[in-house]
Amino acid sequence: MKRHLLEAADLDRADATLVLDTAAQIDQALAGREVKKLPTLRGRTVVNLFYEDSTRTRISFELAAKRLSADVLNFSAKGSSVSKGESLKDTALTLEAMGSDAIVVRHSASGAPHRLANWVRGSVVNAGDGTHEHPTQALLDAYTIRHRLGRLEGVRVAVVGDVLHSRVARSNVRLLHTLGAEVTLVAPPTLLPVGVGSWPAEVSYDLDAVLPKADVVMMLRVQAERMNASYFPSAREYSRRYGLDARRVGALGDDAIVMHPGPMIRGMEIAAEVADSVRSTIVEQVGNGVSVRMAVLYLLLGGAPQ
Amino acid sequence: MARQPEPARSDPPSAVLSAADVTRVVDRMAHQLIEKCAGGGGAGDEAAGGLADLVLVGIPTRGAPLARRLAARVAAFSGSPVDVGTVDITLYRDDLRLRGVRALEETVLPEDGIDGRLVVLVDDVLYSGRSVRAALDALRDLGRPRAVQLAVLVDRGHRELPIRADYVGKNLPTARSQSVRVRLAETDGVDEVLVTEGEDR
Amino acid sequence: MSVLITGARPYGETAADILVEDGRIAAIGESLPVPGADVVDAAGLVALPGLVDLHTHLREPGREDAETVETGSRAAALGGYTAVHAMANTDPVADTAGVVEQVWRLGQQAGLVDVVPVGAVTVGLAGERLAELGAMADSAARVRVFSDDGHCVADPALMRRALEYVKALDGVVAQHAEEPRLTVGAQMHEGDRSARLGLTGWPAAAEEAIIARDVLLADHVGARLHVCHVSTAGSVEILRWAKSRGVQVTAEVTPHHLLLTDECAEGYDPVFKVNPPLRTDPDVQAVRVGLAEGVIDAVATDHAPHAVEDKETEWASARPGMLGLEQALSVVVATMVETGLLDWRGVADRMSARPAAIGRLDGHGRPLAPGEPANLLLLDPGARAVVDPAALASRSRNSPYAGRELPGRVVATYLRGVPTVLDGKAQR
Repeated sequence: MKRHLLEAADLDRADATLVLDTAAQIDQALAGREVKKLPTLRGRTVVNLFYEDSTRTRISFELAAKRLSADVLNFSAKGSSVSKGESLKDTALTLEAMGSDAIVVRHSASGAPHRLANWVRGSVVNAGDGTHEHPTQALLDAYTIRHRLGRLEGVRVAVVGDVLHSRVARSNVRLLHTLGAEVTLVAPPTLLPVGVGSWPAEVSYDLDAVLPKADVVMMLRVQAERMNASYFPSAREYSRRYGLDARRVGALGDDAIVMHPGPMIRGMEIAAEVADSVRSTIVEQVGNGVSVRMAVLYLLLGGAPQ
Repeated sequence: MARQPEPARSDPPSAVLSAADVTRVVDRMAHQLIEKCAGGGGAGDEAAGGLADLVLVGIPTRGAPLARRLAARVAAFSGSPVDVGTVDITLYRDDLRLRGVRALEETVLPEDGIDGRLVVLVDDVLYSGRSVRAALDALRDLGRPRAVQLAVLVDRGHRELPIRADYVGKNLPTARSQSVRVRLAETDGVDEVLVTEGEDR
Repeated sequence: MSVLITGARPYGETAADILVEDGRIAAIGESLPVPGADVVDAAGLVALPGLVDLHTHLREPGREDAETVETGSRAAALGGYTAVHAMANTDPVADTAGVVEQVWRLGQQAGLVDVVPVGAVTVGLAGERLAELGAMADSAARVRVFSDDGHCVADPALMRRALEYVKALDGVVAQHAEEPRLTVGAQMHEGDRSARLGLTGWPAAAEEAIIARDVLLADHVGARLHVCHVSTAGSVEILRWAKSRGVQVTAEVTPHHLLLTDECAEGYDPVFKVNPPLRTDPDVQAVRVGLAEGVIDAVATDHAPHAVEDKETEWASARPGMLGLEQALSVVVATMVETGLLDWRGVADRMSARPAAIGRLDGHGRPLAPGEPANLLLLDPGARAVVDPAALASRSRNSPYAGRELPGRVVATYLRGVPTVLDGKAQR
């Protein structure tokens, strides 16, 4: 394992598998226990440095670190010196001086975790940077798929929605490819980046053509304000062409599952009855997120790699 | 002080226990377990629940197959089945900083858990005692056994903690500079115990 | 006072002595006997006319923490320049005779290069109404190049008027070609890398669309157009077509667009963030060929100093721009001379003669010949050195060439016969 987890490409197949296996072992070790705490990272300090509001990601990392007995500092941009204009570098050096062993960073600027990694000695974990990547989300998605379907090799995953602005899509394309899954991106051409052809994924504009062949449908969040910038004409038209409703779910194979990184917009990108169906892994993904993040923190912070 | 020249390293490491020795030692330990737990040795507490009360919990890597072998031999000799499990101590170690991360192994306990039962931890080599301490910490988070005992194939001395084994296959006096390697058919393809020069682990 | 430069090779050709007297080249020939002259041994060095930069950001007034006219002039002299055009995007903006005269006077005081102010096309660079172009042209600064650089004159009607208006001033509009609606939030070249890095793309078409529009406008109104920092293969094609039609268009390319590609963005180090962005390898090859053919007329540095706090930050927050004056000639040697695309006369043409002609500068860009102003540089073409930003004369450190080995060392620069650089060291 590298010292930092900045993007899915930091993990080769062996590393990615090690993270998933470790998460599974942690899950198993903690299953049914009253004391859901391990002493592994006692005396280590993990800082959650969040420049964007993201309660669910922050508490997931916080719980992961606490279950491993690390000390956790939450440092959010609001109400701190950051909002008074302190630079990312100065903030990083301050946290370093306070003895942080790992910084979990969420930032609106793509590449901010890469910059941070140049300035600190500890590990940096990317908890979502701009429109770049969100590698632990991809790990928990892969973990969820493997858990539900029993494998990743050859699994056909349709990633549907605003790929252009999605860090979840970028991380998933890279990681799922590394782990042997076959990804198809489904979106209107306006919501696919120029250059998507170089990604290890198929591209389709037609959701109905892709669904019957998919083992996994991963729905991405689509922000309604995109239609103001003419990425698509209206929420209704988007929903009609790319929304996952009960009719479309009927086209899926019996074992196919439906995923969403949350928070979801019921109605537009995913119908309520689909989000709540047995195919949906949405709640499961949240729980798996804690185990996967425990595995990442353990593997990055546990000590020098052997 | 003049230093002795290093002895030539041409000799292959000597096996202090052969495959046959390992089998014999495990059998003897099984008998001791039966005697203490079910045999009415007069010890009182240990025999409280008999063999049904006993859980053999191996410490991976090699403690796990060892526990399974012991359980099989106890069952063969006594006629009653014995519960067996494993407890991975990786996340409880206090030397992560020194030795780095390693892959986790399984933790498996009997369906009805370990509360109120006699847990015998099983490991291949007892050395500093730190692995056993980590296993005790792990057990504490997993339940509340009536008592915990320790069985090891080899006790090589050099304890760093106040821990002793209740069942010892073989006491093997060693120097710190030596290393003891237990190899088992399940993990290494062959049963034997070797002593080699040079610390490793 | 006279100086005899002995053994230099003008334009890399036959070695000769160059006699400099009273700010002019008095003679060039073999073994000139000149008793009493200071003798400078230039054996093995290439002599070239002093370089002229059409595109320099000196930051004064307004951001003297990043660069001043004096520090930028020193960097220019060390790079072999004898004249630089100072861009208008200062604070206050150089959109009045007062500001351009201030910059011009600061340049005179520094005395290292001739600092030629560029005037803003529109008031405050806002792209709404014309600045007083005539007043700037008539001022002591004698402005001939007008540019909103950093901003595109996007309004086609306003651009047309600007092109027409400067005809009366013998001026030229230097366009920063960037269609603003196509580059909202743009961070780097739009392509495979931007897609993967999650940085908003700056499409080549946003540059090419403006160049295409502007050459048509220039043709229509019969005006001169200059295109700043051409960066794409498509732009070269459009320029080639326009020149073949006789449009009065000239263009420049920066050293960084001759050498670097968008691969530099991989680590998100904003020292490589620049506008227009670093493009792909085919684009680099195309601008090199365009420069060799003369479709692109000039190398211009777009020297853009930035303070540390504007660069040691997240990519998106960083200011675009990179240093160039001190390494420009070395980059041209590496990309154009060592590749066989240009000879030394070609270098003199693209870095001195043509930029001086575009800027209508008297006394610069003249050939190395008796009677001409003694603006010249001496280059050791065989020297190679690793660029150390800490050793630069610029007040800023944002050099994209840090740690890179480049060929060619400017040993001396003369401005009207006065050495501004000797032995690789600035003389004031």
